[in-house]
Amino acid sequence: MAQKFETVEVTTDLLILGGGMAACGAAVEASYWAKKNNLKVTVVDKAAMDRSGAVAMGLSAINQYVGLTDGKNTVKDYVDYVRMDLMGIVREDLVASIARHVDSTVHLFEKWGLPIWKDANGGYVHEGRWQLMINGESYKVIVAEAAKNALAEAGGEYFERVFITEPILDGDRIAGAIGFSVRENKFYVFKAKAVICSMGGAVHVFKPRSTGEGLGRAWYPPWNSGSSAYFTLKAGAEMTSQEVRFIPVRFKDAYGPVGAWFLLFKSRATNAMGGNYMVERTDELERWKPYGMVKPIPANLRNWLGMLDIMEGKGPIFMRTEEAIKAIAEKAGDEKEFKKKMKELEAEAWEDFLDMTISQAILWAASNVEPEKRSSEIAAAEPYFIGSHSGASGAWVSGPEDLQSAETKKEYFWGYTHMSTVSGLFCAGDASGASSHKFSSGSHAEGRIVGKAAIKYIVENNSQPKVDKGKVEELRKRLFQPMDIWEQFSGKTTDPDINPNYIRPKMFMFRLQKIMDEYVGGVSASFTTNKAMLERALELLGMLKEDSMSLAAEDLHELMRCWENIQRMWQAEAHARTILFREETRWPGYYRRADFPTMDEKNWHCFANCRWNPDKNEWEMIKRPMLHVYPKALEHELLGG
Amino acid sequence: MPSFVNPEKCDGCKALDKTACQYVCPNDLMVLDKGKMKAYNREPEMCWECYSCVKICPVQAVEVRGYADFVPMGAAVTPMRSSDSIMWTVKFRNGMLKRFKFPIRTTPEGQAKPNGGFATAHGDLKSQTLAQEPEALRLKEVYTIK
Repeated sequence: MAQKFETVEVTTDLLILGGGMAACGAAVEASYWAKKNNLKVTVVDKAAMDRSGAVAMGLSAINQYVGLTDGKNTVKDYVDYVRMDLMGIVREDLVASIARHVDSTVHLFEKWGLPIWKDANGGYVHEGRWQLMINGESYKVIVAEAAKNALAEAGGEYFERVFITEPILDGDRIAGAIGFSVRENKFYVFKAKAVICSMGGAVHVFKPRSTGEGLGRAWYPPWNSGSSAYFTLKAGAEMTSQEVRFIPVRFKDAYGPVGAWFLLFKSRATNAMGGNYMVERTDELERWKPYGMVKPIPANLRNWLGMLDIMEGKGPIFMRTEEAIKAIAEKAGDEKEFKKKMKELEAEAWEDFLDMTISQAILWAASNVEPEKRSSEIAAAEPYFIGSHSGASGAWVSGPEDLQSAETKKEYFWGYTHMSTVSGLFCAGDASGASSHKFSSGSHAEGRIVGKAAIKYIVENNSQPKVDKGKVEELRKRLFQPMDIWEQFSGKTTDPDINPNYIRPKMFMFRLQKIMDEYVGGVSASFTTNKAMLERALELLGMLKEDSMSLAAEDLHELMRCWENIQRMWQAEAHARTILFREETRWPGYYRRADFPTMDEKNWHCFANCRWNPDKNEWEMIKRPMLHVYPKALEHELLGG
Repeated sequence: MPSFVNPEKCDGCKALDKTACQYVCPNDLMVLDKGKMKAYNREPEMCWECYSCVKICPVQAVEVRGYADFVPMGAAVTPMRSSDSIMWTVKFRNGMLKRFKFPIRTTPEGQAKPNGGFATAHGDLKSQTLAQEPEALRLKEVYTIK
């Protein structure tokens, strides 16, 4: 089968993998510097750039805008916010690096055509301190358009519908990547002097709550399959915070956003008894000092307080939309003004869903929910790997030299801004870790940062790395193996789904999800695990990994599904190993170690990193110190809002 | 389904150089059946209901039916997207209709200029100042620790 595929070799200077927000930021910035230095930029996207990545559907808010030009917030304010939200473990240099550039990304978005809500004085309408409201149906279309126009101006090129599988290495330096077209019989070999990995986070590693047709209604999109984590792991890059998954609390089942309701409309959530866990359970926050004491309360602790209600049988939890809308409208004045305001708020509430989670609008309509008249249920979803949001998993990357203290410089700086521990391999968005709360805008800003840094790397290391032909041939054979297996065995039974010689990717994914759900703290285990469960998970994952050699694919689409699930499996293993390594519970609303139920600041106020060694096929677990760029924040600074 | 295709409207995009829904689907779900010249969603349980196929279809042949495992029947949410705005029609299970119109962009399609009209750069590859900075930050200089 592998023989039927035409080999297409593409030699370039900078290779950008992915097509989402981070990749588009990288393309726009790198194109500028590439043109100046006579270099070529190539982008490879598994889908169509207009609607690829996590912002494909659109968004109703920009969640990171520091607003430095308004003089109200500082870069350090943002660093303090993120560090406390992540229970003290964050790379301050990386968060500051993104925070100092994110405003220019947002100002560019506005110039490109993204409608950002304005107040009567022409200022941005803030949803919260760091969040801006937008009319974001075409957010991704606009951002992709600027990226494509930038590539065109600089003589760059982009490939759509090419799925990347493995990195190619030249010793300790990245040399490119291989992949295949999901539309034509083509095998791609990309050779590059530097590579930017920006292929998103991971969904469907854990069993989702909906397992029928609604399987696809994940909060984060189902096409984000852990491609970034797999690529960096396989390249031998050191990874960080692989235990820090994210569990969003959202409107139940369709996962509509709650940010506007909590922050903009000031809604509260109440349980079956009418109680508000955010008020009734404040004592619990004492257990998670000092992080439990800050405002806003860290996302995982807000989750945890709600989870306690559910575990005590006090569900369902309702978002009190009717109460919140009425409270705002009543401030409008007389009855005419009240009605007008109610109408306006109703449209805003619906747009929040229609811009980014249309399923929630369908669910409301199908349940006859008018938010101004009745409440809607909220619930904790399933675990996701999304270092750009409130999780932190990703590659361990170098910070910029100018944002280091004397002590952090020794640990966090090794040359090029946001470059991984593999020479020439840069990471942005969900691909880089320990720099949470970058969201869509910060991911684009991080893309711009690595876009420039990677071109600098190429200018200073301007040689084409060697690509070993024998190794590429070996990777090619392995890539197409699932199709060979199909060809050889699919006729051996009357039902191609039931065949002792192979496993199809969908069942392979379900097997992975069951292991993760039951042993590694998924929904059905109430997000709880322990050492024995994790060791059992690793044993079962070991057999799953062996069986990944027996995956079968009927066509190119299924071949992509095979590789997506291999990627998910590697993300799963890195996660299980790191949860096992960290002997404490630090983010109780994300997961709990039943055998270590409390936080251990003495031993675990540090990063839990890991690395898969490609030469030895062995995992290494590494503790890295949590060091401060900024002097420790004073208590009153953390209680701000 | 979640996204499904009305066979009376779908013409397989025969007048175009590619099938629009197949071109745009982020999860590679929409496929053209070349025998029937009709598109279909080959893996409905992997559909995010992102509506990219619905919005792009030139003949409004693609619709979405809510996930059968948790959404009660009878609702429909239908967009009509133009070059600068989108009109949504929300039909409730009880028959009620609501319509909403929102802007989607402020510039003509295709015209996003990469530099955003900001003054561009200082040409120094070594600095931490990005191409349109500091102008695009609306600051005098890029933040650093001094």
